[in-house]
Amino acid sequence: MLRFILSRIGVLVPTFVGVAIVAFAFIRLLPGDPIILMSGERGISEERYAQLQAMLGYDRPLPVQFWDYLTGLLQGDFGNSIVTNRPVLEEFMTLFPATIELSLVAITLAVLIGIPAGILAAIKRGSWFDQVTMGAALTGYSMPIFWWGLLLIIFFSGYLQWTPVSGRMSLMFYFDQPTGFMLIDSLLSGQEGAFKSAVSHLILPGVVLATIPLAVIARQTRSAMLEVLGEDYVRTARAKGLSAFRVVSVHALRNALIPVVTTIGLQIGVLMAGAILTETIFSWPGIGKWMVDSVYRRDYPVVQGGLILIALVVMIVNLIVDVLYGLINPRVRTR
Amino acid sequence: MPLLTIRNLTVTFDTASGPFKAVDSFDLNVDKGEILGIVGESGSGKSVAMLALMGLLPPTATVTADELAFEDHDLRTMSGRERRRLIGAEMSMIFQEPMSSLNPCFTVGFQIKETLRIHLGLDRKARQKRAIELLESVGLPEPERRLSAFPHQLSGGMSQRVMIAMATACHPKLLIADEPTTALDVTIQAQILDLLVDLQRDRGMAMVLITHDMGVVAETAHRVVVQYAGQQVERQPVETLFDEPHHPYTAALLSAIPERATGDRLPTIPGVVPGQGDRPDGCLFNPRCSRADDRCRTIEPPHQSDALGQALCHYPLNTEEAA
Amino acid sequence: MSHVEADEAREGIGAGIEDRKAKVSPRRQMLKEFWYYFSENKGAVVGLYVFIAIILIAIFAPVLAPYDATAQNRGALLVPPVWADNGSWAYILGTDAVGRDMLSRLIYGARYSLTIGLVVVTLAVTVGISVGLIAGYVRGWVDIVIMRLMDIILAFPSLLLALVLVAVLGPGLLNAMIAIALVLQPHFVRLTRASVMAEKQREYVTAARVVGASPLRLMVVTILPNCLGPLIVQATLSFSSAILDAAALGFLGLGAQPPTPEWGTMLADAQEFVLRAWWVVTFPGLAILITVLAINLVGDGLRDALDPKMKRS
Repeated sequence: MLRFILSRIGVLVPTFVGVAIVAFAFIRLLPGDPIILMSGERGISEERYAQLQAMLGYDRPLPVQFWDYLTGLLQGDFGNSIVTNRPVLEEFMTLFPATIELSLVAITLAVLIGIPAGILAAIKRGSWFDQVTMGAALTGYSMPIFWWGLLLIIFFSGYLQWTPVSGRMSLMFYFDQPTGFMLIDSLLSGQEGAFKSAVSHLILPGVVLATIPLAVIARQTRSAMLEVLGEDYVRTARAKGLSAFRVVSVHALRNALIPVVTTIGLQIGVLMAGAILTETIFSWPGIGKWMVDSVYRRDYPVVQGGLILIALVVMIVNLIVDVLYGLINPRVRTR
Repeated sequence: MPLLTIRNLTVTFDTASGPFKAVDSFDLNVDKGEILGIVGESGSGKSVAMLALMGLLPPTATVTADELAFEDHDLRTMSGRERRRLIGAEMSMIFQEPMSSLNPCFTVGFQIKETLRIHLGLDRKARQKRAIELLESVGLPEPERRLSAFPHQLSGGMSQRVMIAMATACHPKLLIADEPTTALDVTIQAQILDLLVDLQRDRGMAMVLITHDMGVVAETAHRVVVQYAGQQVERQPVETLFDEPHHPYTAALLSAIPERATGDRLPTIPGVVPGQGDRPDGCLFNPRCSRADDRCRTIEPPHQSDALGQALCHYPLNTEEAA
Repeated sequence: MSHVEADEAREGIGAGIEDRKAKVSPRRQMLKEFWYYFSENKGAVVGLYVFIAIILIAIFAPVLAPYDATAQNRGALLVPPVWADNGSWAYILGTDAVGRDMLSRLIYGARYSLTIGLVVVTLAVTVGISVGLIAGYVRGWVDIVIMRLMDIILAFPSLLLALVLVAVLGPGLLNAMIAIALVLQPHFVRLTRASVMAEKQREYVTAARVVGASPLRLMVVTILPNCLGPLIVQATLSFSSAILDAAALGFLGLGAQPPTPEWGTMLADAQEFVLRAWWVVTFPGLAILITVLAINLVGDGLRDALDPKMKRS
């Protein structure tokens, strides 16, 4: 098992270097002088240009720049934002918990609803439940989530006035955030209503971000389950005199989960992409909104560093999923 | 009283192109402690009949019978729960593909002990002890180590031994073996058959052996039923069947056994078992029968007397000897 | 493999498809069988009809649209749809904040979405198949380099990568399409490479090699047609992803620029009226959803009809 994990990490390192090269190349090699681009339509003075060039190290040869950048990365130096002047990594770390919180809520919703829905649809194949569920799943899969978010805002925030339109917490409350997770911090603060406010802020963006993973997981669970239900070992389980529930929930589900876990892992990338849109719509102060704002502000060190950091997160999550996959699949574990 | 009585069992599948009768008026009596062979080509409905008995067919199958009784239990009127108490305990089944019949995600031990827990309610310690005994009884070396093995770590023969251990875990009165050796190497086939016969004799259980191999039948079975296109065309004790087949299909099957073949070439039966769309009028075997005449092609044949092996034929063979 | 050969392979793709097209008429039986399996899936047939309808709307936009898509009517700002209070038959689906007819803009928007899908898929398929063929056929270090590169591209969340690319290349529809094509093509590379490697082992390829077929001919004429099924399915799914991603970029202000009646861009304009004028938000999104859903329905049907693994049931 340990060798399995190490071999996966072995693949990860060159990919990470490649990711760094790509992120670096985007900013430095594509046509256009990044400093001119950054300054936008207003233009830039000679002195300021020289100053920025020196600060960003753009006056040195490209390979040297890249080497410096790469060694910096390995020491945790992702450069500084040219807008706030704070280190990119520090900004990332401040905002990341908000995105994790949102993503966790979304993936939990998606798994808790998607897997049972997929199982039921497979067992009742062809029934109205199956057809409605799969119709809904394909619709969810086809959903432009930025529009879906706006619709939910119109209905729940505008028409019903149940939920707030944006942010993570009502302005009425103020407390320390030791963990960065609003659900936990609001509970720790002990302020009455704070937790409720956190939940009401989280619910709509959570649902919006969950939509596509939910649809994908439900579809994948159904097809994996259908495949497994036709297998010989399911017949064996029934021939043992096991109840239908035990046959499905133990013998079939355990096998069907193997491809589903892979699918769930692949949804992390989808979540990160979705976070860009969801956080923008709901003004959720996470890394998705941070990336979009940095693009608008042409804050290239942040764009570059954020790109690498997000890719790193996706790669690490995929590694964890790979290991999980090995754990639940005996054919990988005990080779 | 026979152990198992099946009278007029019919299994129909709903398919996209209409209902398909996979088993037609299937009768069977199995006595305690006997080995009954059911022989027929692929698609002759022998497995389906047994799966129907076990209640393992998909919901698209409709099963009807005049009688379907195991000892004094009427399987037709039993609730699902009651039936599941019998299945896997009193009456169990092993299958053609041992490698894919074991669940790849669970250890051998888990799968054997699950049966012990559900049917016998043994505690953890007793289950472990019994599981080891079972693996020993089916001739698996190092049973303790095997318990923690996963199916992909076993060979086909070992998997079938595990399947047999699982099926015999609760001392069943009836074991249905559906082509248990077809998917195995020739050398392993004999070992598994010997094991089954030994277990059957030691435990005094009855066994239904489904096969398309007349040689297997000759070595193991006491009585034989020959199945063709969902119908039983002949029933006989094994001693007389090989000498005096009464149905032309049985005769053709026998002459296709390499050891019995005369001449340079192995005789074959031309054509295939009729499917859904091409069931002939009259006798179902008539398109492939060298002796068929107009009567065979128009009128469905009756079952002959017991002395003639209840052959489903207008013109049974070997009538002189039987008379 | 030399660059010349690589270039040849790239040019050869078109030839391969031509070759296949020419053979279609004797393959009527195959088409018939395909349609049989495809039409078993009712949703797919509905999706196909809707998709055809959208294509027709796009083609005949100038005939169908009651107004010019960019014409502003200062006298009719934020008019609600006809069935709502204060709605008027002059503007069936209402008008936006600068008095442009929603219906006309939506009709013209179909042209943009379909063009985006078509251009992106063509780009991604051409590049993806060529690179995949080379990787799968040549193997060795070429393969390793190519696949590493694809892994790297796939390590980024697709929309994020497209977002950054567009940010660097500059906002606009063309750059958005290039960026989306770039993030979609690794799927085609992987699919093609896997199919080529599987097909290469088959007897018919060996047979073709024995009779002296050139590597180029082998790749394009012999191997490629046999892995078209999964590629067609992937292309369909990419078509819908392209439309979604382009709309998302438009929504973020980095895709098509106003006053282009692209559906995503229309939503970006409408964002501030979310709580005041629901129709300016609802209809463009609905148009995206219906289009993408129709294509995905067709994609599901194609998968059922073309995937031999699914056929057995």
